[in-house]
Amino acid sequence: MPATIRLQREPFDAAAETAALTQGRSDIGAVVAFTGICRGAEDGAPIAALALEHYPGMAEAEIVRHVEEAQSRWALLGVTVIHRYGRIAPGEPIVLVLAASSHRHDAFAAAEFLMDYLKTRAPFWKQVEAAGGKTWVEAKQSDDSAAERWREAPSRRDAAE
Amino acid sequence: MKLLYFAWVRERVGKPQEDVELPAGVATVGDLMAWLAKRGDEYAHAFENPKIIRAAIDRAHVRPDTAIAGAREIAFFPPMTGG
Repeated sequence: MPATIRLQREPFDAAAETAALTQGRSDIGAVVAFTGICRGAEDGAPIAALALEHYPGMAEAEIVRHVEEAQSRWALLGVTVIHRYGRIAPGEPIVLVLAASSHRHDAFAAAEFLMDYLKTRAPFWKQVEAAGGKTWVEAKQSDDSAAERWREAPSRRDAAE
Repeated sequence: MKLLYFAWVRERVGKPQEDVELPAGVATVGDLMAWLAKRGDEYAHAFENPKIIRAAIDRAHVRPDTAIAGAREIAFFPPMTGG
């Protein structure tokens, strides 16, 4: 099953990536697309930009590991994960996850699983640039909880048994 | 052994990476953090709360009790905030 995984500094075009994933395919019946976008304010205070640091090599490896896990848990016909690094201005995209399947359930579940794990396991760190200076974003317990629930959740195959 | 630091761990240590010679007795990731914390004020600051620092050996997440024997590259960083 093909997977497209890219880390890049420049913005991406979610519509073009979706078209590339589905082009020439008549087996795909559902594509779930998640785009994470840089907000213009954090906790009510305006921000100038986000700066994303990453661990080259490990970031790719960690995304590949989770894409492979998603492929083993759900019947996926295509996956795209693009994660940006560097300086990202409000309104710009940060991350894209596309999950394609023959039916919507697997595509929804895989996209959510991948995002929950990207948040807590992929080595990226956000720093907020604002008028008051630069501050590192703190990890949220709610993100850990969101990733943790997939440990208990039955996969499509378990559920079918 | 090559050590890498990211985000505020990197800022506090003051460098993104370094090569170190480890003394005998530094066997686990947790031992290594304790050893690093004694290398100077900047390291003490970076590793003042080792419970919240995450580590990776050769680009895979590990726990503090993981043995470091045979590791080529060990990275220390705060909890991740990507996505």
